[in-house]
Amino acid sequence: MSGVRVLVGTRKGAFVLSADGKRDRWDVTGPFFGGWELYHLKGSPADPNRIYASQSSGWFGQMIQRSNDGGKTWEPVGNKFVYDGVPGTHQWYDGTPHPWEFKRVWHLEPSLTDPDTVYAGVEDAALFRTTDGGQTWSEMPGLRGHGSGPHWAPGAGGLCLHTILLDPSNAQRMFIAISAAGAFRSDDGGATWKPINRGLHSQYIPNPTAEVGHCVHRLAMHRSRPSTLFMQKHWDVMRTDDAGDQWKEVSGNLPTDFGFVIDVHAHEPETIYVVPIKSDSEHYPMDGKLRVYRSRSGGNEWEALTKGLPQQDCYVNVLRDAMSVDALDKCGIYFGTSGGQVYASADGGDTWNAIVRDLPPVVSVEAQTLS
Amino acid sequence: MIRVVLPAHLRTLARLGNDEVQVQVSGQPTLGAVLDAIEATYPVLRGTIRDYGTEKRRPFVRFFACEQDLSHEAPSTLLPDAVVRGAEPFLVVGATAGG
Repeated sequence: MSGVRVLVGTRKGAFVLSADGKRDRWDVTGPFFGGWELYHLKGSPADPNRIYASQSSGWFGQMIQRSNDGGKTWEPVGNKFVYDGVPGTHQWYDGTPHPWEFKRVWHLEPSLTDPDTVYAGVEDAALFRTTDGGQTWSEMPGLRGHGSGPHWAPGAGGLCLHTILLDPSNAQRMFIAISAAGAFRSDDGGATWKPINRGLHSQYIPNPTAEVGHCVHRLAMHRSRPSTLFMQKHWDVMRTDDAGDQWKEVSGNLPTDFGFVIDVHAHEPETIYVVPIKSDSEHYPMDGKLRVYRSRSGGNEWEALTKGLPQQDCYVNVLRDAMSVDALDKCGIYFGTSGGQVYASADGGDTWNAIVRDLPPVVSVEAQTLS
Repeated sequence: MIRVVLPAHLRTLARLGNDEVQVQVSGQPTLGAVLDAIEATYPVLRGTIRDYGTEKRRPFVRFFACEQDLSHEAPSTLLPDAVVRGAEPFLVVGATAGG
């Protein structure tokens, strides 16, 4: 029987939520790695029982944990993330050069075909890869080696590489995004990269249309249309239909186009979801109402989804890796909040309910569809 | 043998119980040597006490022994005699910081 497993990373541990295909009763296990920050957990598309987790702590640094049994048991694997060659400098908040320093892994993206190959997006921004199940990690230096590296600057959350998208139709093509440098694409398996930020307009940087420097919060792709990407930027919701060569704004009638998450319906490549947040200094929904907005037209025309979500006195945030979809029919949508709730919809967003609440602040949510 | 007290999160990582552990230090019983011995005995702790790249103590980890703070001492610093004799433990401590 089909089912869903939702991997939840929080500020104080990881949780695994499981349900059958009806998705009306949820089993909660955890916390795993209690007391540690779990920035991200993700399962291998090639072997859903192989799950990788980024476990970090301000005291004890970075660990990577691996499960081979769907999150029941875990083993620590390699945690040595050392930049290739002389790290060099990026730009610091005050404009001065600052040495690249590894802080943590923000995002783990397992290969689409090989359970032992995983990409890791880290802070300070760089891309690492393992091909031995996480035992050893090597930087893919072509990204930082792109000439713009010394001009990258951290956003408020740090200089983080937070999004990695693998093109299911072209093993040589991948996309990443960095706050606050922007989006980049590789067409040669990650050896070389080019910035893909044309069409972005960011008034908070000296040159609003600069090649790099944009605070991209999240990218999303539907696997059937890998050249169409959707972006939640610091402000603005954007889309491209040519793999990032040109972006256009699709914020349309959103009440505010600041936010962190964006995702695509599993079966409808023009149906997308965002959670508008009031502003860059007020990280909570407008008017105390938690609303997911859905566009069925790939942007511009948006509808508020509110049924089952708190519509008064709600002031939580939804962070960039904290939304995911399952591939059941109907598509399930999941997101986690800074208040410790994980909300789910089993009908494409029409209705919602909290499948768990009162967890530590949620950092990441990943849904796995199990057959 | 050097007696070592590790913080709870590192004992969990290394799958140890609540008790202190003992490590064998080869050569001079220095601060750096005891850290090397901890990492050699429990490889999972590599990178959790000292940074991989720089070998520097992680900022929120402290080293105490015999009511002294050894956190800022050089790796070549000899451990106190009482620690070398096993009368006192070497303490790795998670600093009081944050939540």
